[in-house]
Order: sequence, then structure tokens, then C-alpha cells
Amino acid sequence: MSAAVEMLFSAIPAHSNLARHFYASALIFVSLILALPLFAVISSFLIPAPDIWQHLLDTVLKEYILNSLILMLGVGSLTLVLGIVPAWLVTMCHFPLSRTLEWALLLPLAIPAYIIAYTYTGILDASGPVQLFIRELTGWQYGEYVFPEVRSIGGAITMLSFVLYPYIYLISRAAFIEQSICALEVARTLGCGPYKTFFRVALPLARPAIIVGLSLVLMETLADYGTVQYFGIATFTTGIFRTWFGLGSSAAAAQLSALLMLFIVVLIYLEYWSRKQQRYYHTSNRYSSLTQKKLRGRYAYFAFIFCVLPVLMGFLIPVFFLIKWALLTYQKVINQQFINLMLNSIVLAACAAVVATVLALFMAYGKRRMSGPLIRIAVNLSGMGYAIPGTVIAVGVMLPFAWLDKLIDGFFRAHFDYSTGLLLSGTLVALMFAYMARFLAVSLKTVDAGLAKIKPSMDEAGRSIGLNASALVRKVHMPMMRGSLLTAVLLVFVDVLKELPATLILRPFNFNTLAIRAYELANEERLADAACPSLAIVLIAIIPVIYLSRSISMSRPGHDYSP
Amino acid sequence: MTTALELKNISVAFDRLKIIDAITFALREGDIGCLLGPSGCGKTTLLRTIAGFETPFEGEVWIRGVRVSDNKHLVPVEQRQVGMVFQDYALFPHMTVKQNIAFGLQDFKGHLREVRISELVELLEIGEFLYKYPHRLSGGQQQRVALARAIASRPRILLLDEPFASMDITLREQLAKDVRNILKQDGITAVLVSHNQFEAFAMADIVGVINEGRLLQWDTAFNLYHRPATSYVADFIGEGVFLSGSVTGDREVHTELGVITGAMPLGLEQGTTVAVLIRPDDIIHDDMSELTARVTDKAFRGAEFLYTLALENGTRVLSLVPSHHNHPVNEDIGIRLEIDHLVVFPVR
Repeated sequence: MSAAVEMLFSAIPAHSNLARHFYASALIFVSLILALPLFAVISSFLIPAPDIWQHLLDTVLKEYILNSLILMLGVGSLTLVLGIVPAWLVTMCHFPLSRTLEWALLLPLAIPAYIIAYTYTGILDASGPVQLFIRELTGWQYGEYVFPEVRSIGGAITMLSFVLYPYIYLISRAAFIEQSICALEVARTLGCGPYKTFFRVALPLARPAIIVGLSLVLMETLADYGTVQYFGIATFTTGIFRTWFGLGSSAAAAQLSALLMLFIVVLIYLEYWSRKQQRYYHTSNRYSSLTQKKLRGRYAYFAFIFCVLPVLMGFLIPVFFLIKWALLTYQKVINQQFINLMLNSIVLAACAAVVATVLALFMAYGKRRMSGPLIRIAVNLSGMGYAIPGTVIAVGVMLPFAWLDKLIDGFFRAHFDYSTGLLLSGTLVALMFAYMARFLAVSLKTVDAGLAKIKPSMDEAGRSIGLNASALVRKVHMPMMRGSLLTAVLLVFVDVLKELPATLILRPFNFNTLAIRAYELANEERLADAACPSLAIVLIAIIPVIYLSRSISMSRPGHDYSP
Repeated sequence: MTTALELKNISVAFDRLKIIDAITFALREGDIGCLLGPSGCGKTTLLRTIAGFETPFEGEVWIRGVRVSDNKHLVPVEQRQVGMVFQDYALFPHMTVKQNIAFGLQDFKGHLREVRISELVELLEIGEFLYKYPHRLSGGQQQRVALARAIASRPRILLLDEPFASMDITLREQLAKDVRNILKQDGITAVLVSHNQFEAFAMADIVGVINEGRLLQWDTAFNLYHRPATSYVADFIGEGVFLSGSVTGDREVHTELGVITGAMPLGLEQGTTVAVLIRPDDIIHDDMSELTARVTDKAFRGAEFLYTLALENGTRVLSLVPSHHNHPVNEDIGIRLEIDHLVVFPVR
């Protein structure tokens, strides 16, 4: 990767306008290509599909919208409570295991929502251990007692909330730590007790940050396909699938996607606006030591329960059962086919991760070396993908690729009397392209942050003591960027590994991954068999979470606690 | 006058490391005290102990006749009625100036609250940005708002943590005087923490010099300069050098600049070796004088030159001379001693 950086850095000699223009054009071209799925979806309104629309409008559209709204409302409120309260408790108080919980609260990030949904269905449905236990204990038969149905919208809200709350936890904890220093002390000197301080100062101060977290949670909620599909809840994502594959209307599916994008745009704006607000909500650059209140008796007990519950529900219980089932089934499940599955997943994710990081470097260096609104818009455009659901991206990739295939095929038939068939759609190229469109944002953000640490004055200082471009990259940029690049690769790797809907739609025929296999097995009601691929995903996905946790437990500005 | 704040033998430690070591002092009502010392001396910890953010492991803090801290009981910060101005002001960014000021006025009834706010507006001249948000104010404006917020509910004592540290250095002394006037007008008892002696002298009635967790002297600025209690205070406050001397009588010390007379601490036997503090204003330039010294360095200070002079045996002293006496480096100039306050410390 060093060579790539070196190339990018020296690609723009200070005085060569030609090179500069070439780089700028390439950057804009790449960002336009990556935004192609978005354009395709939006422009789908130009293709009329009145019959299907009438049908959708009459039957399911209202349900899609209503269900999506209920999901957003439910997941939004539940994650706020599950995220903010523990964040406040572990930041401000000391109680049993509070140091451990501080990072353990992040663990559920490692579990994709569809996997937690499969696992809890296995635990809670009629033949699962919980109901079995109830029946054994009471002697009742199935149907003689009331048990909440996990495959419901309430179940989906719970599942999504227990894996998405870490977004809110992470961001509000950071906000509390940052502000807690003087603003909270001022509030106390002005007569506010702990509760009043929380509601009158801490929470309002953290609000912009929390809204950023909330908008990310809601984007993930709207993007979810695996959970709602499995629970049989009609939402936009399942609707898009049904319209495309059930009703066979790609135009209507694309238009549904465009409609879903309206929701997303609102969330993107919300996030953007809150990030802007955050700048004004910065209270202090000064960190004085934050003395934590030692909780005792029932307060300590309640705090502990409240913080341990999300970890238990979102991580420990599902992982426990995944391990249990994996031990039961591994002899049957782990065979040559499974190893191929694993290799497919890892190679695919690794390729995507490296390509995404190189592209991110290309973009980030471009932004650094060239200014102007066009470059900025181009870079921002390629960073939009994180907000777009995988299902929408897949639809947006399918449409132009199919069109292109048809064009090529037509050309060859007309001139060479030879059918090329599907050259692009249904190949790994299409899949990789979709991953880039969706996950470039992840690597771009990380690389950008890493590059921002290298101040332009450092370049100048390096040049002034006689380093040429390549030495500068080797001796200054690479050592400073290494961590960020590694993080970017790791994050994209895990995201691709967990990704379900886009892979499901775009994968080549007979090409399987761990995520797809877990999905297939769960849908065949072989939940115990799904444990092996699911556990494999969780075990890999936990690596960046541990990495994040570690940096969290070590980075506490102004904190006088030393372990 | 009654005592507003009293610290009795306060000691504070972090992780068994003593930060504050047995500090005792009292502040009268309406007075402004300053804790002065180099960074890391423990002055901010002491201030935070008075506020109630830190717990002493020994000693007591009394505010207006109420014991608020000892090693067993701690009145919570929010019940102490102390106002505090933080170094970076810590204004609430999500509230307007007016909301910030009104934050501590929860217990004031509607009408009284408005009256108090308008009093503060007048006192601190903050009317023109009352409805703006803090991020739109300049540093000086933010400081006035922070002060208004802290004194709004008439706290029993006001604490200021390096209130001028983020200010332009040229503005500090003037601001310190302004703040002093405001506090005096409102009759507020205050303690501030500072590492800048000019700021401390401009603002405080009484100053405590702290070093390594100990209070070395709690006195007026004049006395700190002219009657320092320890050689550290003598060195820390103002400029000066120590000359070696030996006691020759009850009120007499012999030095290489001649015999100096004046009041001395009792119990110094004849022949004791002592260090004599010579301030730059103790050495007067006099062309008529027989005693001469060589200029080794000079610093132009506008009205005066601060000359560094080498005596015959190489000892260096400072002298403050009106700046129309412009002498080049290496010239020998006549000097004369004129010491009003003899300060000697026995050499251990």
C-alpha cells in the first residue's frame, strides 16, 4: 500500500497543470461511477410502471410505510434508552464491573441483526429451550399458555435495538466525556444535583451528538433486510425484493427504492445538520479530572442491572446459544462445502476491503491536494453510500448493468452473430461494484481522519529538510497513516462479510458466502445448522469491536482512574 | 468584620500523593484573596477543595460559620452556594447569555429574577449580547457572562480559577482591576487562583503564596514584596538577587556592598552567614558614588533600564535606572545602596 500512497502523492507535481487536471477528472469520474446506483434508482421514475404501482398502492404500500415508521419509532426510542443511560452511568459512576461494562457494552456491534433474529427465534419459538422449560415445569401443552411471538414487529424492534444501541452508546459516551469536565461542575456550583445536571445540562449538550447516532441507527433500521424478511414483516426492503422477484417488475422495485431514499435523505439531512450543531456545542478544550461517584446499595445494583442487560441480551445470550448449537451440529455442517464457503467469504471481503481502501486513498489525497467545490462534491458523493440500504444499491447496480449487458449483447449479435449473454450482471464485478458504492464511505472516513492528522505544515517541514515526495511518504505519511489504513481495511472487511441483501441479489449463480448460507439455513428452519456460519461471522466481526473497545478503555481524557 | 472563609489545616492527597499540605488561612467578608503559585503547586486543587469537588483527608473548610468539609462529611457542591468561574468559562453552549445567567436563579421568583438579571446587565455591561449564544461572543464578553452567572444567585463565596489565563496578556491587569471593582461594588467575597503576580496584586486584597502544596505566606502584596517570609517567596515575588553577608550586630549585616542596617529577625548571632535580598530598586545609580559596578546586560523597559551589574568579585545584582541614563555594556557605573526593608535569611 505504501507504493499506492507514494504514487498518489507524487501524482500531482506542484506545477503540472496537466497532471492536476488528469487527477481531478479521474476523481470526479470515479465518484460519478460510484454514484451510478443512486442515479439509476432516482431516474427510475422516468420509466412508467403504472399497473404495478396501482397494485402496490392498493395493497401493500401503506403497510410498507406504516411498518417502516413503526420500526423506526420503536428502534429509535429503545436504542436511545439502551444507549444513553448506560453511557451516563459508566461515565459518571463507579459500580460493580463498571470498568468492564464500559467496553463490553460495545460487543453487540459484532452481531448482524439477522443473526440475532435467527438465534432468538431458535431460543424462543415453540420448540426452543425456553418454552420447553416452561412446558416441563408446568406440564402445560403448547397453546395452553400465552408466550410472546418473537416473529412480530415487536420482536423485530427488540432484535434491531439490541444490536444497534451501541451506536448511541458510543457517541453519547464520547459526548458526556467531552462535556463533563467543566460544564457539569458549573451546574453543580449553581445548585444542580446529579439528576438536574443530567437533564438540564448533560443531555441537552449531548443532543446533537445523540441525534447523529440516532440517524445512523434509523438508517440501519431502514436498511435491514434479514430480520424483517425472516419475521415476515412487510417493509420497504422486503417489498423491493417481492416486487422485483415476485412481481417481476424491476421498474417498480426501483421506484420503491427511490421512495425509500426519500426517508433516507431526511435522515442524511438530520445527521448533517446535527454534526453542524455539534461544533457550537463544544464546551471546553480543557480536561480536568472527572471524579466518578461511587454508587452503593440498591443504586449500584440498579446501575449494574441496567448496564449488564444490553450486553446480556445483545451478545452473551445469543453467542452462548450459537456456540451450543455449533457444538451440536459442527460435525454435520463443517465439510468441504463449508470450507469453500468460508474461503469465498474471506477472499471476497478481503478484495473488497483492499480495493475500497485504495479508492479511499485516491479520493482523500485528491481532496487534500486539490480544492474547489467540484472535488468536494465528488468526494462527498462517494461518501454517501453508507446511508443507502444494500437492497437499494443492488437494484441500482442491476439496472445499469443489465442495460449495458443488453447493449453489448445486441452489438455482438448484430455485427458478429454471437451472443455474449450476461457479461457483467450476475458476476463478481457487479457485486464488488455494489460493495464499493456502499462501503467506500467507511474506508473514506477512516482514511480521511488519518490523513487529517498529517498537517500540511508537516509536508512543508519534511520538504524543507530535503525529503522528496517518496521519502516524505515513506518516513512521514506511512508511519502516521498505517493505523488508519489497517482500520479501514478491517472495517470494510467485516462490513462486507456481514452484508446480506446486496450479496443475495447480485451474487453469481451458485456463489455462496457465510452470510448467505446462514440466511438459507434459517429460512429452511434449520436454525441449529445455521449456528456454524453465524458464529463464524460473529467471531470475525468481533475483531474490530475488540479493537474499538480497547481504544475506548484506554482513552479517557482527564480521567484519573488508572487500572 | 466577620470571617467568610476559613481553612483549618487542610491536606489533600491523590493516590496517596500529598497535593496540599496542612494549609490554614482565613478570609474576611468582602475581601478578595488570591492563591498564587507556579503551575502544579496545588493551588487549583485547594480551590476545588473549597468548592467541594475534592475531599480533604485532614482538616476542615468553614464557609460563613458552617463546616462544609472535613474528612468525614462533605456538603455537596450544589448545596454550598459557592459561585465558580472556570478558566475557560464553561458557558453552556446550548443556552443564550440570558439563559446562562438565569440558570442559577431557579429559586428566584419570576419578578425577582428579572430584577436580578437587569442588575447584572448593568453591573457587567452585557446588555447588548444578552440574547446571543456564547459561541458568538469574544473572550472578554464570555468572561463577563461567566462572572455574571457565577454571582447571579449571590453566592456566599466566589471562586475564580485562573480567570484571566485565556486572555491577551496585555489586557490581563486591566481586566483584573475591572473585575475587582465589580466584586467590590457587589460586596462579594472571592478567592482566585493565579500564577501571575501582577494579576494577583491588581485584584486581591490578600495573597497566599503556595509552593509544593504548602502555604508559605498569607499577606498583603506590599508585605510579600518587602517582607517575604521565606526565601522562596522573596525569589518568586518580584525580581532580585541574594547577596551573601555576615551578621555583625543586632541591626547590621556586612556585605561586599558595605554595611547594611535595618530590622532583622531576632536570634541571629554575630558571625552568622546570611543571604541578603537585594531588589533592583535597592540599588540606585549615582555617578558621584565611589562604589562602581560593571554593566553586563541591560533590558529596556520604557521608563527604566534594568541593568545587570557585576560587582568586583563577579557577583551579579540588578538595578532599576531611569532610562535617560543609557550606559553601554561593559561600562563601569557608580552605584549606591538604599535599602528601606532589610530582608535576610540565614544560610543553612
